[in-house]
Amino acid sequence: MPIELKMPALSPTMEEGTLAKWLVKEGDAVKSGDILAEIETDKATMEFEAVDEGTIAQILIAEGTDGVKVGAPIAVLLEEGEAAGAPAARPSESRSGEAAVPQPVEAPKDEGKPPIPESAVPHQMPSGARDLVADVVDSEKAGVDARDPELPEGTKMVKMTLREALRDAMAEEMRADDRVFVMGEEVAQYQGAYKVTQGLLDEFGDRRVIDTPITEYGFAGVGTGAAMAGLRPIVEFMTFNFAMQAIDHIINSAAKTNYMSGGQMRCPIVFRGPNGAAARVGAQHSQNYAPWYASVPGLIVIAPYSATDAKGLLKAAIRCEDPVVFLENELLYGQSFEVPELDDFVLPIGKARVARAGSDVTLVSYSIGVGVALEASIKLAEEGIEAEVIDLRTLRPLDKETVLASLKKTNRIVVVEEGWPTCSIASEIAALVMEHGFDDLDAPVLRVTNVDVPMPYAANLEKLALLKADDVVKAAKTVCYRG
Amino acid sequence: MANLPPLSLHIPEPSARPGEQSGVAAVQLPEPGETRRPDTLAVEADMRDLPFGLIRVLDDQGVAVGPWIPSVSPDLLRHGLRSMMLTRIFDDRLFRAHRQGKTSFYMKSTGEEAIGAAQSMVLGGGDMCFPTYRVMSWLHARGYPLTEMVNQVFSNEKDPLKGRQLPILYSARAYGFYSLSGNVGSRFGHAVGWAMASAYKGDDKIALAYIGEGTTAEGDFHEALTFASVYHAPCILCVTNNQWAISSYSGIAGGDETTFAAKAIAYGIPGLRVDGNDFLAVWAATEWAAERARSNKGATLIELYTYRAAGHSTSDDPTKYRPADEPEAWPLGDPIERLKQHLITLREWDEDRHAMLADELDQLVRVAVKEAEAVGTLGKSKPPVSEMFEGVFKEPDWRVIEQRRELGV
Repeated sequence: MPIELKMPALSPTMEEGTLAKWLVKEGDAVKSGDILAEIETDKATMEFEAVDEGTIAQILIAEGTDGVKVGAPIAVLLEEGEAAGAPAARPSESRSGEAAVPQPVEAPKDEGKPPIPESAVPHQMPSGARDLVADVVDSEKAGVDARDPELPEGTKMVKMTLREALRDAMAEEMRADDRVFVMGEEVAQYQGAYKVTQGLLDEFGDRRVIDTPITEYGFAGVGTGAAMAGLRPIVEFMTFNFAMQAIDHIINSAAKTNYMSGGQMRCPIVFRGPNGAAARVGAQHSQNYAPWYASVPGLIVIAPYSATDAKGLLKAAIRCEDPVVFLENELLYGQSFEVPELDDFVLPIGKARVARAGSDVTLVSYSIGVGVALEASIKLAEEGIEAEVIDLRTLRPLDKETVLASLKKTNRIVVVEEGWPTCSIASEIAALVMEHGFDDLDAPVLRVTNVDVPMPYAANLEKLALLKADDVVKAAKTVCYRG
Repeated sequence: MANLPPLSLHIPEPSARPGEQSGVAAVQLPEPGETRRPDTLAVEADMRDLPFGLIRVLDDQGVAVGPWIPSVSPDLLRHGLRSMMLTRIFDDRLFRAHRQGKTSFYMKSTGEEAIGAAQSMVLGGGDMCFPTYRVMSWLHARGYPLTEMVNQVFSNEKDPLKGRQLPILYSARAYGFYSLSGNVGSRFGHAVGWAMASAYKGDDKIALAYIGEGTTAEGDFHEALTFASVYHAPCILCVTNNQWAISSYSGIAGGDETTFAAKAIAYGIPGLRVDGNDFLAVWAATEWAAERARSNKGATLIELYTYRAAGHSTSDDPTKYRPADEPEAWPLGDPIERLKQHLITLREWDEDRHAMLADELDQLVRVAVKEAEAVGTLGKSKPPVSEMFEGVFKEPDWRVIEQRRELGV
């Protein structure tokens, strides 16, 4: 039977890509392992190999087509002995990552519903993380995320991914200051494990974009030493999960040496990389370290949500005289946001942003949690509750004033955090509000966080473990006594 | 296979324990002058014998012999001797001050004074040393003000580190002395990063770092060596093998299996093993490694073979775990006595002058301690409370400001 070849995914969260090039044409015989096509995303290029032997009967998507959905049929392969023009077979029910898997011809046992055409089903790996991304996409589409009021009137906005915004921030600072350089695993030739350093090697060369041995502890220490020698290192961790090994240098050396040396040795360094849960990467790779680092005096901790904030705050971090832990989010890297087109756009560290104005309840969050909070605010608005969403942006120093000012207005706070509840940023907000805003509270502070277990791998469990917009809605209604 | 005896776990043991005769005197060591000296630009692969030799210049009579004799003027030799003597006299007095409650903690460099003194004199003003707590002779050789040092140990109002750091964990950037870390090992990596930064800037400065032989078991050591090797970092990485990490003898860190200098072989960098109690040998090896580093040939690992003659710290009693006579039995002697003997054989020194110098240094230290005592000893004089809040961030955050306000400072 003819086999439908489907648009493959490079990563669990890939939604669509470009079919850059066909390396076969209709009528070509192919065998397993032959390269059929090249697929591109903004992150990487992948060769698409044949799984089965046969003849290319039909090319369904022309090369050069952008926005091809993952799982969409892109060609038809006939196996040996099959005649061209055979009737299109019932689509495969496979949900595995294989490009195409032969299926039995018999009709399904369940005759209740007609089979779903395969091309209509996105061929995606299920993951709870997808819901977080959907919240981000929804709220961006709905336009609830307010433009930064500090932007000059009439500033032109351009659409760019968070990944590009981070790269631009580094590139601009590197152009302006020779002391700035990037080091880490895979940052140079590979352009970053998540392609955040894309293009930097080409522009700045291997003196300033340095591939390192695989030792987070090693390069965090070397970076710390270089900072104390007067350079401005940007140390990229492939993820902050791996930075656990480096935490001694970050906390015991970078954050304290200026203090312990009586002010003789500053350490202007940026430790950056993805933090928090990604899609289906399990317990060791899905942790939010924001509360860990934010508890340390001597460290600046930044965790942006939007591409605008990522750009403006990373530039500020690179110029900062103190060591900065800059927590990004893998699920946000590919998301597009409106970013101001300005020559030198730098944001102040330590200032939260009102992402959506509202009067009934305050939702405080940071990083990808802001997308969840914004999504919840849309749902709440449908029920007549106007939520104010505060994006903390910087976790240390934490902008207490903006949180308390919002509380004064709404008298209710729900903290939304993609991370564990225990000893969290949410706990810190709750404590601050108790200490400084108790009289303004009309209801207890509630926390909506991930479930307090190591992140499971299985999709159903992962989904249950991650925070959800509906839980935020529920909590908001509870504190508004509308539950 | 069936006839093999059951497996048994090997636990290394030192040659002797308290009450037994120390075995250190019986250790087989290469003779003075025996270990060859390759060109500083030689290929590393051609010098893999050096980690198993021992660079020694001074023989038992105090005469300099062999290929490593450095060219050092008698004035510089006398300065080296003075720095080592000052270190020992200072340590002895401050150790006693601890016993009188004037400070909470102290660590002596006894027996290891040649290392910091010679290396500090070989390296230049802009170079940076990443110290451990037993190389205080680096600061003494560079004339760090004694009173300031005592103020730091007493943690008084004039403590240059403002009451924020343990006694003797100095920072003295202007003296090429990086901030000391209480977590041993971490500075090894910083030194490599500092050296890489120097190369990045196109500068001519190099870094020198110390790590104890016990701490070579930490990842810090191996990660630093990896980076030093990969990026040809212009630095000198020194293992001070003083035989004892508190109560763990060097075998617990792997010293029975190979030399610490030999670890360099796996990283493809030169490894020199040097008599750390021989001022001239330390000088010569350091000069060799510095010249190599400044020629863009990268790092050298130097094992400084020495002996921790005193306890680990004021809290330690070494007679509980090693023979009491072991320091005297150490086959490579006392570094101060050996340099003194050498100067005497050169007719550049004599017993009278030595005794006079000792008196003079003793007076200097007494005066410094008196001056610091006049400011105050531990708890009698205190750093200003406001200092607690300085230097956390470049600009204080609201928490720092609020805490300060609450304390009214």
